[in-house]
Amino acid sequence: MRGTRRVARHRGAGRWNAGAHGNGPGWTSFLSLMPLLLIAGLALPSAADAQDVENGQRLYERWCAECHGAEGEGDGPAASRMLPRPRDFTEARYQIRTTASGNLPTTGDIMRAIEHGLPGTTMPGWPNLNRSQQRDLTAYLKSLSPFFERLGPPDSLSFESPPGGGEEALESGRQVYTKLECDRCHGSAGRGDGPSAPTLTDWRDQPVRAADLTQPWLFNGGSSVEEIHRRFLTGLDGTPMPTQADALNAGVVDSAQLWDLAYYVRSLAPERVPPPGRNVVRVERIADDEELPAGPGADAWDDVDRYWFPMAGQVLERPRQFEPMVDGVWVEGVHDGSEIALRVSWNDPSQSPDSAWMQWQRRVAGALYADGTPWPTDSLPDRLAVQFPTEIPEGRERPYFLMGSAQKPVYLWRWNSRDGIRESTATGLGTAGPLPESRLQGQATWSAGQWSVVFRRSLEGEGQRISLESGVAVPVAFYAWDGNNAETGKRAAVSSWYFVVLEVPTGNEVYVAPAAVVLLVAGFGVFMVRSARQGETGGGAGDDGSGA
Amino acid sequence: MRTTDLRGWIPTAVAAVTAAAFVACGGGGDQAGQEGGEGQQAAQQQGPVVPPDSQAFVRGAVQFEGTAPEAESIDMSQEQFCAARYEAPEPRTQHVVVNDGMLQNVFVYVSSGLERSFPTPQEAETLDQQACRYRPHVMGVQAGQPLAIMNSDSVLHNINATPSANRGFNVSQPQAGMTTTRKFAVEEVMIPVACDVHGWMNAYIGVLPHPFYDVSGQDGSVAMDGLPPGEYVIEAWHERYGVMSDTVTLAAGDTASVSFTYSADMAGAEVPLGDPIYPHDHGEESHAAPADAEVGNR
Ligand code: HEC
Ligand code: HEC
Repeated sequence: MRGTRRVARHRGAGRWNAGAHGNGPGWTSFLSLMPLLLIAGLALPSAADAQDVENGQRLYERWCAECHGAEGEGDGPAASRMLPRPRDFTEARYQIRTTASGNLPTTGDIMRAIEHGLPGTTMPGWPNLNRSQQRDLTAYLKSLSPFFERLGPPDSLSFESPPGGGEEALESGRQVYTKLECDRCHGSAGRGDGPSAPTLTDWRDQPVRAADLTQPWLFNGGSSVEEIHRRFLTGLDGTPMPTQADALNAGVVDSAQLWDLAYYVRSLAPERVPPPGRNVVRVERIADDEELPAGPGADAWDDVDRYWFPMAGQVLERPRQFEPMVDGVWVEGVHDGSEIALRVSWNDPSQSPDSAWMQWQRRVAGALYADGTPWPTDSLPDRLAVQFPTEIPEGRERPYFLMGSAQKPVYLWRWNSRDGIRESTATGLGTAGPLPESRLQGQATWSAGQWSVVFRRSLEGEGQRISLESGVAVPVAFYAWDGNNAETGKRAAVSSWYFVVLEVPTGNEVYVAPAAVVLLVAGFGVFMVRSARQGETGGGAGDDGSGA
Repeated sequence: MRTTDLRGWIPTAVAAVTAAAFVACGGGGDQAGQEGGEGQQAAQQQGPVVPPDSQAFVRGAVQFEGTAPEAESIDMSQEQFCAARYEAPEPRTQHVVVNDGMLQNVFVYVSSGLERSFPTPQEAETLDQQACRYRPHVMGVQAGQPLAIMNSDSVLHNINATPSANRGFNVSQPQAGMTTTRKFAVEEVMIPVACDVHGWMNAYIGVLPHPFYDVSGQDGSVAMDGLPPGEYVIEAWHERYGVMSDTVTLAAGDTASVSFTYSADMAGAEVPLGDPIYPHDHGEESHAAPADAEVGNR
């Protein structure tokens, strides 16, 4: 462990220099507080400690035990529905630290996890608990493992301030990504589809996804360049994500290169992100001399506005899907006055059915469906459905968002990696049946962890096939299934209702500047995912979901 | 085969005590440093080393009865660098290796009866990553003794150690020739080590406060030399077939023999891994390897 000393220098109070650059909400002010908190934490006499622990235990039993278990062992009543599982505090194995791999977290590290939660997991943030409540909780969590007493307070690593990025840094970062073989787990484009991804397990042998680096708003430890850089030096203990500290000390990379890597990883988030609140897909009209794109790879898509719609597991009807693979879809649309082409793209690390992912499928099913519901053991395809009402609704009366009802059926564009594209109708989850003589055409491709499907249909509908008219907002919702994640039938990722509107030509769109985008991704993504999760799990996301 | 001659230790022990004193003055540092320090305190407390004329010896054999499960061959096609180093049907899993009725890779150690402490060796034990296998697959190290983990492959390995009583770590070694040195502070039998990049790579490390351990070789034999006279419990640990124990009583100069017989019916036995220092029931999350565990399922 001598080797880590080069990065593990003692941190004196006031040496923190990341504050000015942090861009997560509340993170900046939190960092400047940290030395104080640490000093306070160290100086507390043990009588006060006992009181803190007692207060913390009361808070814990009220807010945390449901997931983390009565004894802190990560086995609360809700735990078996979650992946990753809630932390077992008796093991003192913390992911998000400012300390070297294998070391304990600081008091500040644990408080940060409580304040902000771990995005991308079910661990919520607790900003409503005040500082002293968070500190009491931390004292209680620490009391659950004798490691804290045995080893005393750990040293934080000292982190340099970020050098600034730029084009050259991104190019160098891209090379470092290959040199350090991040692609083995995260895939060449960072979508979590590397060759080792299907076998990754956490220390409890539960399957764990290699993070999708194009969705930094789901990073457990935060999405800023500094936070990403920290994870390289600390690793995420208890998961397959290793520390690069030893590679740094051995001179395989230098510290400038590690920063370049952090900038590069941050740049993998899509450049163009819709501003918050955009829940209408505007389908642009192409110029008369252009042709509608036939397939997902056509150049014509490059100039079309993209929309991101978050998805969450279907948990209202049994069998439920608590941890779906697909976190959301990108949607783009164009029309030429008589036909529409809609491109739906989503990240899915496997092209199901992929035999390399069969053991992932078994593990996920074993981890999540231990409640006695049967799960498929055969190979399953990937699937997608785009859902519309069968007719333009009056007012806000849309069909039930989970595939409608007998009174209000829905009309579906379905795609399946085995059988291709077809049109269907449904009167509730699990009732979809094909329409005769499909008028829907399309193409699908999978590349580097992403599916892209183009649907094409005439604007004019017929019967239950809804007609799309310029200027009329048509409700739309999405479903996705990852076969190799044991998803089939009602076990799907679902979105709320949104809208598509056909537009008349408007000329070139003005895109959001990348700098603004960087700020938006974190806030917007987290907001959308949270609201989607809360909406779905709260059971209130029916007609009044965020589509309005 | 590992044999231990205590005579050579006297100077080492003195050095260790001096080193420990220095560390104590240095005042901590990172936690691994502290953990190393704990190990070295053991060296400080040592009594006199077992004099040569009162040493005793254990010889043992680990047998296997019944039909051993066929070792599965490992699909290394995702890592051509390593795949190219084997000829079919190699490489095979090393979970159960039986040669002529003798069981390999069993960790055999003195689990109780030693009422004194022993010096902590300062030379590192080595765990090598070679052709996408850990060599050795099962090994021992003394608490506080350096463990040097080497990458002899020109591919990325990560070393993910997940102990319970000790602190774990997960280190990336993207380059051939890299060596990472770590220490485990306290006794723990066994610590699982795995490479997440190559799901089939796993190893187990036993950590003991004394040097009396061995791992059964191809012929199933083990040896422990230089024990003080006394009555000892000798335990055997196997990653699929669990734990067996035996007792021996040794007088000065004695050579006792122990034998353990594992059998095919023991498949699926509870396989304990290091006692959590805060004992609790792991329930269904126990580390026991299911009998039908697949390759890479550690
Ligand atoms: C809805 C379930 C849920 C609730 C309620 C919950 N947690 Fe968690 N918590 C989790 C999960 C799941 C994880 C593990 C996430 C992972 O491994 O990525 C976690 C992880 C943590 C961690 C570990 C952070 C790290 O860096 O490893 C801490 C600390 C924590 N929770 C504290 C709390 C506290 C304190 C409360 C109550 C105020 C609480 N949690 C309530 C689900 C929950
Ligand atoms: C052995 C597989 C593996 C390798 C190699 C690996 N990672 Fe990871 N990484 C993971 C896993 C698994 C996670 C998700 C952990 C979790 O969610 O609990 C992760 C998470 C991450 C995260 C998200 C951190 C957070 O706060 O949630 C980033 C960023 C990341 N990795 C970048 C990298 C980079 C860059 C490299 C190369 C230097 C790399 N990883 C190498 C497996 C790996």
